[in-house]
Parts: sequence; C-alpha cells; structure tokens
Amino acid sequence: MADKKRIDEATGTSTVGHEWDGIEELDTPMPRWWLWTFYASIVWAAGYVVLYPAWPMLNSATQGVLGWTSRGALDREMEAQAARRAPINSAIAATALTDLPAKPELMQAAVQGGAAAFRVHCVQCHGAGGAGVKKLYPSLTDDDWLWGGDLASIEYTIAHGIRNPDHKATRTSQMPAFGRDGILDAAQIADVVSHVRVISGQEKPGAAAARGNTLFQANCAVCHGATGAGDRTVGAPKLTDAVWLYGGDRDSLTATIVQPRNGVMPRWAHRIDPVTVKMLATYVYSLGGGEKAAPQVATDEGQGADGQP
Amino acid sequence: MKGREPMASPDDLTGENAPLYAARKGVYPKKVDGAFRRFKWAVMGITLAIYYGTPWIRWDRGPYAPDQAVLVDLANRRFYMFQIEIWPHEFYYVAGLLIMAGIGLFLVTSAVGRAWCGYACPQTVWTDLFQHVDRLVDGDRNAQIRLANGPWTLEKVSKRTVKYLIYLTIAFWTGGAWIMYFADAPTLTVDFWTGQAAPIAYGTVAVLTATTFVLGGFMREQVCIYMCPWPRIQTAMMDEKSLLVTYKDWRGEPRGSVKKAQAHPGAFGDCIDCNQCVAVCPTGIDIREGPQIGCITCALCIDACDDVMGQIGRTRGLIDYCTLDDAAVEKAGGVGKPVMKTLLRPRTLIYFGIWCAIGAAMLFSLGQRTRLDLAVQHERSPLYVQLSDGHIRNNYTLKLRNMETRPRRVAVTVDGLAGAAVWTENGSRETATRRVEIALAPDSVTRVKLFVAAPGEGPARQDFTIATRGLDGDPRGDSDIIQFDRPEAGQ
Repeated sequence: MADKKRIDEATGTSTVGHEWDGIEELDTPMPRWWLWTFYASIVWAAGYVVLYPAWPMLNSATQGVLGWTSRGALDREMEAQAARRAPINSAIAATALTDLPAKPELMQAAVQGGAAAFRVHCVQCHGAGGAGVKKLYPSLTDDDWLWGGDLASIEYTIAHGIRNPDHKATRTSQMPAFGRDGILDAAQIADVVSHVRVISGQEKPGAAAARGNTLFQANCAVCHGATGAGDRTVGAPKLTDAVWLYGGDRDSLTATIVQPRNGVMPRWAHRIDPVTVKMLATYVYSLGGGEKAAPQVATDEGQGADGQP
Repeated sequence: MKGREPMASPDDLTGENAPLYAARKGVYPKKVDGAFRRFKWAVMGITLAIYYGTPWIRWDRGPYAPDQAVLVDLANRRFYMFQIEIWPHEFYYVAGLLIMAGIGLFLVTSAVGRAWCGYACPQTVWTDLFQHVDRLVDGDRNAQIRLANGPWTLEKVSKRTVKYLIYLTIAFWTGGAWIMYFADAPTLTVDFWTGQAAPIAYGTVAVLTATTFVLGGFMREQVCIYMCPWPRIQTAMMDEKSLLVTYKDWRGEPRGSVKKAQAHPGAFGDCIDCNQCVAVCPTGIDIREGPQIGCITCALCIDACDDVMGQIGRTRGLIDYCTLDDAAVEKAGGVGKPVMKTLLRPRTLIYFGIWCAIGAAMLFSLGQRTRLDLAVQHERSPLYVQLSDGHIRNNYTLKLRNMETRPRRVAVTVDGLAGAAVWTENGSRETATRRVEIALAPDSVTRVKLFVAAPGEGPARQDFTIATRGLDGDPRGDSDIIQFDRPEAGQ
C-alpha cells in the first residue's frame, strides 16, 4: 500500500496510502503534547497496577500493595455511619420511651431507625409499612390492637413476643378449640357465629343469635367480654368492630371457633439491642394507630365499657 | 515545548519522512493597535470583570437567605441569581438558559462566524491575557523569538521565572475566583487563607490553577485546533452568508513590494507581502491561505493590514470581514451587500426569534411561579386501612416546599371526599376536621404524613383534591388531585 502514498496538493500533507473508492486519508501528525499525555497515562497505569488490585488470576486478582478492597471500603463507610449515629442513639437510649413524642427531633430519628430495623426484622410477616397479611398477620396501621397500641405496650410486645413457650414474660393466652375438642357442636358454633355477626353489625338479630348469645356469655365472655369488647390483657380481640384479623364472614368465624389460630410472634429483646426495640416501637406507633393514652378499651356506644380486669 | 525550533521544516513533514508526531511551532504574536484590538480589550475587560467581580456583589434577601448576588449553593441545593432563586426542581430554567446559550451561538455563528472564538471564549480571553504578559516580560515578537531561540543565559532564566510567576498568579487568581461562586465569598476567602475551607475548595483551586497555567500559558491555540469541538461544529453552521475574516486575494495578488509596484505599475496587487497579518496572528496562521480551522476570527490581521495600507496610502480593507457570497460578487467586480443586510436575513431572524421566545417564556413562567408548592404521594403499603368504626383511612406523604425566605403558616384542606377528616402525626382522629394547619420553616421542604379517613361506603377508587394555601396574607398555593382507595367489594 505504501506505494500509493502521495502528497495531497491542497494541504501539502502526505496521505497514509490507503484508498477507498477514491477517498484517501491524510497522514496528519499528532501533536507532541498528545504523545506526552499518552506516555503519562502509561506511567499512571503502571503505578495503578502495582498499588491496586488489577490482574485477574484463577481464583482472585492481584492484591495491590495498598491492600485496598471494595469490601474494606464498605466496612469503613459502615463504621463511619455507625459513629455518626452514635450520639443520637445514645440520646434515644437515655430518653424514656414515653417522653420521645415530646421531642420531635429524637422522635423523628427513632422512627427512621425503627423503619430501617422494621424492614430487616418485621416485614417478613407484617408486610412493608406494617400493612399485615389478610387472615395471617395483623395490620399495625389500624386503630385496633390486640395487646395495646400505646408506646409502652408496643415495646413490650416487641421485646417479649407473643406465645413464646420458653419465655415467662411473653404475652400469652389460649383460646380453646371449641369445635375440634367437642366443647360446642356444629349447631352451637353456628349460633355463636350468628351472635358475633349481630354484635359486629353484619347480621340482623334472630333466634339463632339469641341462642348464640347465651352460649357466648357462658363460653366466650370471660375473655372477649359480655359485649364482645375484647380484653387486651389477654389479647382477646374486640368482636364488635369492623377489623377482623382472620376474617369476619361466617366461614372464617366458624373456622376460628372450631380451631383458633393463637398467632405467634417471636420475641426480640435477646436478638436486637434495646435502642432498636425502642425505635421499632416508635415506628409502629407512628404508622397511624398509635394510642397516646395508657391502655384502655374502647367503649361500645350505650352498652358500657367492659372494664379492665 | 515553547520556544523550540520546529522539529523539521514544513517540507519534511510530508512524504516518506513524515514524522508521527508534530512538535508545536512557537507563536509570538506582534503587538497591534486598531479598532478590533480595542474591541478585544473592551471584551476582555468586561468578561474578566464579570468573572472575578460577580461573587463579590451583595444582595439583601433577608435573614433566612444568603446575601450573595450570584451563588450556587450546592450543599443546600439552591441557585441564587440576584432576585431569582432556583430550586433543584426548577432546574429547567438552567436548561432553558443553556438552550438559549446554544441558540445564541447558532445566531452569532450564522451572522458573524466564529465571533465567540475570536472575542469571548475564555480560552481566547486568557490566551490573549497571557500573550500580553509575554510582551510585558519578554518584549515584542522579535525579542520573544530571539529569547526563545537563544541559550539559557541568566537573563533568560530570570525572565522565564518572572513570566511563569505572573502566569501562576493569574492562574491562581482564576482558580480562586471560581470557588467564590459556590460559597459566601468574603467568608470563604478568610477560610481559604486560614486553612479552614473545605478540601474540595483547595482541590478545585489547584486543578483550575493548573489548567489555566497550562492551557493559557502553553497549550493556547492547540486547544482550539486539537481539543475544542466548537470550531468543527461552527464550520457546519456557517454558510455563504456568514461573515468571515477574508483576505481579498483578487485585490491582493500577485504580491509585490511597494518598490516593485512603482517599477511595474499594474503588475502587482495591493498586498506588499509585509507579513504583518501573520506576525500579529495569535494562532500563528497565514490568513492569505484562505478560511481555515486555525482562524478564530479575532480580526487582529485586519487591524495590522489596515495600518499598513494606511501607511502606504492604499485603500483599507484588503483583509476584511466578508461573506463568501460577497467575495464572489467582489471578485467579479461588483459591490457586496451592506453589513446590515448581511446580518438581517431569514436564518438569523429565525434564530433570534426562537432565542427571544424562549427568553420571554422563561421570564413569564418565572413571574408566574408559585413559591408554595405541594407534592402528594399516596402511601402504597397499605393502600388503605380498615378502621374499627367501619371508616377507611388512606395515608399520604405531603412534600410542602416553602420557597419564600420567611417562615410561613399554611392550611392543608381536602375537597371532593364526602365525610373526610384529616390529621397529621401531631394530631389525632378525635379532633380531626377537613383542614390542618402546618408551620413551614423558611426556604425549606417539610414532609408531613397526612392521614385521611372517610366513610367505608363509596367507590373503590376515588379522586379528590388536597390543596394548600398561605395563611399569612398571600393566599396563593398549590393543589394536587390524588386517589382515595377503599377495599374492593367482597374483600
């Protein structure tokens, strides 16, 4: 090809000797500084290869004399973050849980920390944002609480769990399996279901419900209260409202009475630190159903409260 | 690299002996005076004054905002420019400015060619400044060449030292001025000299000092010829009606000295081959070879040639701004169009129209924009919450932007949702109404979780309005239409 090299008349520059359908390329020299930049890049690359991980080998890569790793860099960032959070964490630790809502900045930090911990430990059952799972795990966002919705009650539930047989302080209660164990027969259970649906406003009163009321007072009222208002000390749900963890239709109610679920929640005090438990409590509290006052049972209109035992 | 003899004579750059890499040829522009030189002085003075001085202009915005007239506050994500404050979500104003700058360059290029390159480009302005430093320290063109080619005597060493120190001072001042746009200038100056400024400030100054020193002191026209994409773009945007610095070869050729012309009247053109146009050129080209990529159209050769023509009593304008169309007309003996007619033609007018339209639209929207902004996000998990009394609650996250530099109280209301009650984390459902009041800190974004409860009976999906307005005499505000969800039938 070299024989085709020629001097271009217009520019006085040599061509490179290639020609494509009459199109030729000028052999314009590169500027010298460009060459220097190129050499400098090579020197830089040589230094980089020595200092940092570079050459891929069979199982890993050359380590580099600086010992830099991306995992190490991440560790340092995480440590720096932890150090940055330390003061606010200790401030939260030093503040009584019930005093936190009065300190907006601490409360906000606690809610944020709780949200992060919730995503790690709690979403598996309670769902993102505490939405719960229908007929399986309770929603934490509503105004209906089995064991209490004030900060202290929530913290206690998180710390000690629900129905942990190996833990004395756990929240526990057991609803008898009325159907499975033959305490009530199928017709009686149907009557109780009718009564429960009447007090929750889903059915009109009738003979079956009246029979069910008698059975209810004998078998259920000890925990759920004479009016069905529930009892948080034993985690007995309120039966008169619109919120149903395991369903409020006839089939679901029948299934619950035949064989209750007696839901279980792990306890966390021995797995995560007390500050995180505290922050989790503030997060759950902030989801919309948090109760300001000490535990109380809402009253049914005109029927009088089922006071606390 | 500066001051070296060219590695080979131009002839050796071709053919079999062509080197792979070309050394830079020294450029030692001669001092010149004239209309365009004075215009360049003026442009240099104005642009440098704007660049170095702007951060020091003060502008009172009250106690909650900085008092620097032009400030790019990256840490707080604000851009202040005199009366205007831009938030990150209003970045389209900056995009609009960039589009205007782009179209402005189309306009300028189509009308007067590479005027940007010749007068206003920072590379040109700083190169010009550094070339004045060269003349100040080393003397004019011939002295510079002598010094560059001479041996390293004590005089050369001392002159080079002084010159590079002046380069460094200018470069450092340039880098130092840049960071003033990003923080309060007086505070940053004190912090800078007491070692209190952020590391990024020192790093930025170091980088910009280095680039100014290298690009302005040494790279110079190499930046324009090899690095900058703009000359290539501009050649595509110019047409036969764009003004170019043109050597009128039909008038100048063949070249001959004054003596020769006197000896043979009529045999020679106006060009006396005095080489002044080459001597003054800051990029070291010969304009008589025609339009070329190295020409930044600074028009200093026009000044030099006009001066010579004046001295020998010939008509000025042997080198002049001229369009390709006019060049063809004049070559044929005709008279070119007047400059105004060249400038005012459909293409330039359309560019100007677009440029003005964008500017007017931005000014209009700037005047119309509300300084209280609401953005509503519907919480998706859970989409709705069944409340024990049969009502349904939806949760929303409100982002309230108070873009005024004063604290405000605003009301948030819901509309179009029967029986609705709203409350925030600080309130409770027992006291909820259709309206909440929220205090906003000045110049800030406030995030509020809004709970909205409504009766359970209703459509599964229903649009309603959340609105906000000021309670402090300025009732302008913002509203968002958002969805309220209820359980589907049967759930």
